[in-house]
Amino acid sequence: MLKLENLHVYYGGIHALKGITMDVPDGKIVTLIGANGAGKSTTLRAIAGLTRAQKGSIKLMNEDITGKPAHIVTQKGVAMAPEGRRIFPNLTVLENLMMGAYPRTDKEEIFSDLDWVFSLFPRLKERQRQKGGTLSGGEQQMLAVGRALMSRPKLLALDEPSLGLAPVLVNEVFDVLRQIHEEGCTILLIEQNAKAALKLADYGYVLETGRITMSGPGRELLENEKVKKAYLGE
Amino acid sequence: MDIQSFIQQLLNGISLGSLYALIAIGYTMVYGILRLINFAHGDVFMLGTYFAFYLVMIFMLPWWLSATLAIALSAIVGMLIDRVAYRPLRSAPRISALITAVGVSFFLENAGIVVLGARPKGFPRPEFMSHTYNLGGAYITGVSIWVPVISVILLLVLFYVIYRTKIGMAMRAVATDMETTRLMGVDLDRVISYTFAIGSALAAAGGIMWACKYPQINPLMGIFPGWKAFTAAVVGGIGNILGATIGGLVIGIIEIMIVAFFPALSGYKDAFVFVILIIFLLVKPTGILGETLKEKV
Ligand SMILES: Nc1ncnc2c1ncn2[C@@H]1O[C@H](COP(=O)(O)OP(=O)(O)O)[C@@H](O)[C@H]1O
Ligand SMILES: [Mg+2]
Repeated sequence: MLKLENLHVYYGGIHALKGITMDVPDGKIVTLIGANGAGKSTTLRAIAGLTRAQKGSIKLMNEDITGKPAHIVTQKGVAMAPEGRRIFPNLTVLENLMMGAYPRTDKEEIFSDLDWVFSLFPRLKERQRQKGGTLSGGEQQMLAVGRALMSRPKLLALDEPSLGLAPVLVNEVFDVLRQIHEEGCTILLIEQNAKAALKLADYGYVLETGRITMSGPGRELLENEKVKKAYLGE
Repeated sequence: MDIQSFIQQLLNGISLGSLYALIAIGYTMVYGILRLINFAHGDVFMLGTYFAFYLVMIFMLPWWLSATLAIALSAIVGMLIDRVAYRPLRSAPRISALITAVGVSFFLENAGIVVLGARPKGFPRPEFMSHTYNLGGAYITGVSIWVPVISVILLLVLFYVIYRTKIGMAMRAVATDMETTRLMGVDLDRVISYTFAIGSALAAAGGIMWACKYPQINPLMGIFPGWKAFTAAVVGGIGNILGATIGGLVIGIIEIMIVAFFPALSGYKDAFVFVILIIFLLVKPTGILGETLKEKV
């Protein structure tokens, strides 16, 4: 599905990604874990076309999408729930979801996808006429995920969807991710909550100051002593 | 002053104010998205009247068709200004685009003097605009009635586009979060292009009605209405469409009332509007309806 090859990103003088190579296979959940400032968000932003990669390549289904503008990447099937939710506060919940479906023209299927998103997040249905900015943090996160799903993505990329959520809500979000995955969506998940992420994921990568230092199946990383010490607090 | 002449002045104020409102919307929409003051906007207003002038006088088209075509042509000019002057500077510092806007404005004004001639031209206004109506004893000219009516219709169409169509939804989204809007698969350049088209079309409609009110047109005629409409946009809260509408009406009514109540000050009526601008910039830069100004990242 997605292949990153030796990706480098600089912010002015800061070398944020120092050659990332990773693979997100079709139909799998892959997670990228790492401490604050390791470069997780930068990796996602580079994939989405928001931040330019100075070196390396990004391939989506064998097509080179390096340097493509963000709206084109989205139209090619990558949807992102960005860091900090970034819902549109002045648009209604329904409009936020419709923004997710913006480039689509298949009206009937958009509405059946809307029903599907509402079945995943019943609370959004109740609040569909409310302004996005009036939702609670957890509801906004659901809206951000729902909005990303409305593009009917091939690859769903999530940047810390559990950040700032109460444990009950974290479970709810992870349940939905599992459900989305069962319906065939490939997922790239960034998390600080490494334990939950590794449990869910088929494969994990560990990012440290712009470099991938470890990778392996989720269960293996969970058992790994170094990972346990650095990221699981055990 | 008796009640009849007060009503007459009020109607005059509303009629002038709705024209400021139509122009102010273009300033405010572009500012809301790009944080750019499009100084060339007043000149698009001027071009709209010249398009209408030539379509009526040279191509002998019927009045309604000339006006419609002139509005469409102005929309295209607005899109071209964005395409040629502003789009290449999208990621440049904001001050570069601002200086470019001043340059585009000077260019249009001076090219106007060379190509269209500096001498004012008499604008051929249609009969229904110059006709004087007798409403219960008050004599009111067609412009005072039709300008607000047509403006309200245009504003309703605008609000429909902004709040009920897909492109309008994208415009509202871009105004709060450009980057996330791109993530939604929205081609920003297209949305911005439509924004210029809508703003320019409204300015041209305002210009044509302006020329019906003051039937003399010249290449510099956009400068003062442009500045006053910009003031209206600031007073209403820049970036806010409803605010621009209210601001336009406020400025129009104040201007007319000053002349009516303090004839001795009528020579200062333009200066007065700028005093309002300065006061708002100093005391309440967010305007009547504006939220706290958020610096965009
Ligand atoms: N816009 C930016 N400008 C400059 N430096 C940045 C910017 N965004 C991120 N960085 C730097 O790049 C590094 C990686 O950041 P980020 O990708 O946000 O990390 P993470 O998401 O893993 O917390 C950090 O050192 C951060 O300070
Ligand atoms: Mg981050």
